[in-house]
Amino acid sequence: MHSTELEAQDSKLRTDLRDLAQDIVRRAMNRGATASECVIRDGDEFSTLVRLGQVETLKESGSKAIGVRVFNGKRAASTYSSDFSRESLDRMLTSALDLSRITSEDPYAGIPEPEQLGSIGGDLDLYSADVYSLPGQERIAYARRAEKAALDYDPRIKNSEGGSFDAATGHKILANSHGFVGEYRRSYCSVAAVPIAQSENGAMQRDYWFSVARSLIRLESPEHVGKVAAQRTLRRLGAKKVKTAHVPVVFDPLLATSILEHIFEGVNGDSVYRGASFLAGKLGQKIASQNVTVIDDGTMPGGFGTAPFDGEGIPTRRTLVIENGVLKSYVLNTYTAKKLGLQTTANASRGLAGTPGIGPGNYFLQPGTKTPQQIIGEIKEGLYVTEFLGHGANLVTGDYSRGASGLWIYGGELAFPVEEITVAGNLKDMFLNISEIANDLEFRGAVASPTVRIDDLTVGGE
Amino acid sequence: MDKNRFFFEHYGLTERDLERYLAAALSAGGEYADLYFEYLSSTSLMVDESMVKSASQGISAGCGIRVIAGERTGYAYTDDLSPERILHAARTAALIASGPAKTPTIGFQKRPARSLYPVTLPSVDAEITAKVELVMRADQAARAYDPRIKEVRASYADELRNILIVGSDGTFAEDSQPLARMNVGCIAKTDGNSARGSAGGGGRVALDFFFGEKTPEYFAKESARQAILQLDAREAPAGEMEVVLGPGWPGVLLHEAVGHGLEADFNRKQTSAFAGLVGKRVASEKCTVVDNGTMPWRRGSLNVDDEGQPTQSTVLIEKGVLKGYLSDKLSAKLMGISDTGNGRRESYEHIPMPRMTNTYMLAGQDDPHDIVRSVKRGVYAVNFGGGQVDITNGKFVFSASEAYLIEDGRITAPIKGATLIGNGPDVLTRVSMVGNDLKLDEGVGTCGKDGQAVPVGVGIPTLKVDRLTVGGTAKKDTGGFMQ
Repeated sequence: MHSTELEAQDSKLRTDLRDLAQDIVRRAMNRGATASECVIRDGDEFSTLVRLGQVETLKESGSKAIGVRVFNGKRAASTYSSDFSRESLDRMLTSALDLSRITSEDPYAGIPEPEQLGSIGGDLDLYSADVYSLPGQERIAYARRAEKAALDYDPRIKNSEGGSFDAATGHKILANSHGFVGEYRRSYCSVAAVPIAQSENGAMQRDYWFSVARSLIRLESPEHVGKVAAQRTLRRLGAKKVKTAHVPVVFDPLLATSILEHIFEGVNGDSVYRGASFLAGKLGQKIASQNVTVIDDGTMPGGFGTAPFDGEGIPTRRTLVIENGVLKSYVLNTYTAKKLGLQTTANASRGLAGTPGIGPGNYFLQPGTKTPQQIIGEIKEGLYVTEFLGHGANLVTGDYSRGASGLWIYGGELAFPVEEITVAGNLKDMFLNISEIANDLEFRGAVASPTVRIDDLTVGGE
Repeated sequence: MDKNRFFFEHYGLTERDLERYLAAALSAGGEYADLYFEYLSSTSLMVDESMVKSASQGISAGCGIRVIAGERTGYAYTDDLSPERILHAARTAALIASGPAKTPTIGFQKRPARSLYPVTLPSVDAEITAKVELVMRADQAARAYDPRIKEVRASYADELRNILIVGSDGTFAEDSQPLARMNVGCIAKTDGNSARGSAGGGGRVALDFFFGEKTPEYFAKESARQAILQLDAREAPAGEMEVVLGPGWPGVLLHEAVGHGLEADFNRKQTSAFAGLVGKRVASEKCTVVDNGTMPWRRGSLNVDDEGQPTQSTVLIEKGVLKGYLSDKLSAKLMGISDTGNGRRESYEHIPMPRMTNTYMLAGQDDPHDIVRSVKRGVYAVNFGGGQVDITNGKFVFSASEAYLIEDGRITAPIKGATLIGNGPDVLTRVSMVGNDLKLDEGVGTCGKDGQAVPVGVGIPTLKVDRLTVGGTAKKDTGGFMQ
């Protein structure tokens, strides 16, 4: 195929892009900006979906884009382009400078101070070229094997939305007018299966499972993924509604991450300075039960949330967010830190346009010692929730209400599947009512949680 | 109107080039190939703490190439519109097929274009100062509504998407699609109590829409009203009960409960809870549901879909009976049904699939007041955040952001936001009253499917659903229904 030739072009492109980012910053300054910052993203992707043994889609491509943020004193503006021609880049700069004349003076606007900038050293193990090492047919075979393992697992698995294999690499460059320039590459691959099971009365259930890794060798086998997907689907067959009840709810690890995300949203500096979160002003106070310790760590080698620097060029770090239930730190970027009179936690996330946002590094809940089975075993009657539908969380008030399905716990056992129910409460109480945290922490993304038990929620049903 | 010659003028494309790219796409066989050229320019502005803190503009352009061979789709795209890169992408997409080369039809069929959004000056090209005025006015109006409104974020975003679609069967379509939207978010605070409100709207409209038809003050007041109202909201009840949905945006019920389940791809694969139900009763006789991509100026409307097919109005459910599905080219061909012009995609980086446009229920006979009066104890929900559905088991949710208790036929106290959950294939069988007040939403909907976001519209008249599960928190003994 064409791989050698394209790789040679790629490395030339990389040097060029680093120079280009610095050049854009320089040109913005020459044209009157008081500060500027340029970001370039360059990536490629491959994906294939196999359904009922046949290739359904095959997709392969690459793209890149550039964004610039300029300051005119305390006024900021940003522009971006996917077109790297000379004229387009000129136009991008001109529009940014023009826009920076119409925005408001914001005393807190600006890029970080020079002494804050830098990258953490060492091999962060974020990139492995092996995600593209499989020949085309073997990539398809990965997807096919995952689906086949699911279909073969049980005769009640009668249909499928397919098995898939995806790979991607991304390259990010950031430069600013304090002389910072940094770049990193990250790779990713995943295999997944989405089987459909059917019960005798014809009712269908679907579920999924996946494995994701930065390197192909760390990916779980397609057979394992397919088997787990089948098991997760089968256990939903015959689901029914239950009567409305107030019971403890056990969140499986994937769903428990959503509780962690609500905490993140609640301690996000942007919500905090606006008072748009019930956790605003709670620094040093108890906001969760004693057993809750939450950490954000952008430095973990190989992590899905790892990077050498954040979206503003500040070295990533480890931040203790909650320690034994007490809120120790908000998560901040430069702007929100200044607004709150604090230091940034290097959580700036940078898209192509707009002001930097706030995003997690590797953000997780410290595991406990019990197994999930022990935790379920201690519950007389309750819900083990395995899927949420909808997004019913309000961080201003803490009100929480989501559609759900899962398994009903009766006498310490997973007794039968349930669906078409709601789980509701208030996040203020829910964080304080985290009564158990299991030992099964595993990273399947930047945010990870073990199984957790939260007491006294309303399960809405019949 | 030759605004549609965009790619020929800006990139020097010729029809000969297009034929050459299609030939490369079919170089390894396959039945069909198409090219989707896109040039998207966008603007966004936000005011926060009464300051315009961010303003941005950008350009994203590229070409996506698709090859269909049987049920297989090969796809590749490029953001570099040079002939070499497009040909390279075409050959990559061609890898899906493995046979002798096919020859595309020579010559393109250009149909007279519809014009559902004939703006003379697209808002992306309008003066930025006018857009700054809009967000500043929204901020002021929201703050002026009530001193308890403490935080306001008002945003404005617009885009202009120029597209060119050509297919190996002679398909040729061009369109220039404007889209604009305002949004106002408010937080109201009193001692020890906070609440939020949100409102917005727009469509495929020019900037003057926000200076005439729907002003920043309109959205600001609506957002502030909701925030203030929520300060006094009680806990929502939990369990099954009668639910009355107000007209307009609560139509998200249809989008989730039946719309997605009727997208043809899920039915071709027999993975939808609606598979095989055409001709069967899936709703009460009072329900007729359509998907209509041809409504002028609407957010969900398109002159042609993203495969070049003109959009249409498609009856999904007629007097309670399921009539058909929403299809794209691939599902129409494989299922032997007609192409309803619902093939849509987020951008040139994405493979098209069947998607909704504007989905709504036709008005019925009932007086909305009678509908509320008929409920002894239930919930009246008028605003929603959004929803989600599991296509396969049919369970869907939608989250009320403004709702009230109905007690003895009267709307009483506001209640906190709650998720409503039901079963798609039978929820509409429990619709016992349909109001005469059909309304479409303000133009805020964005639908996500397989990671692709597209703008859509929804609408309903006032509806009564006899039984739906409400996901509140109120305990029975202290709950919402206690007098």
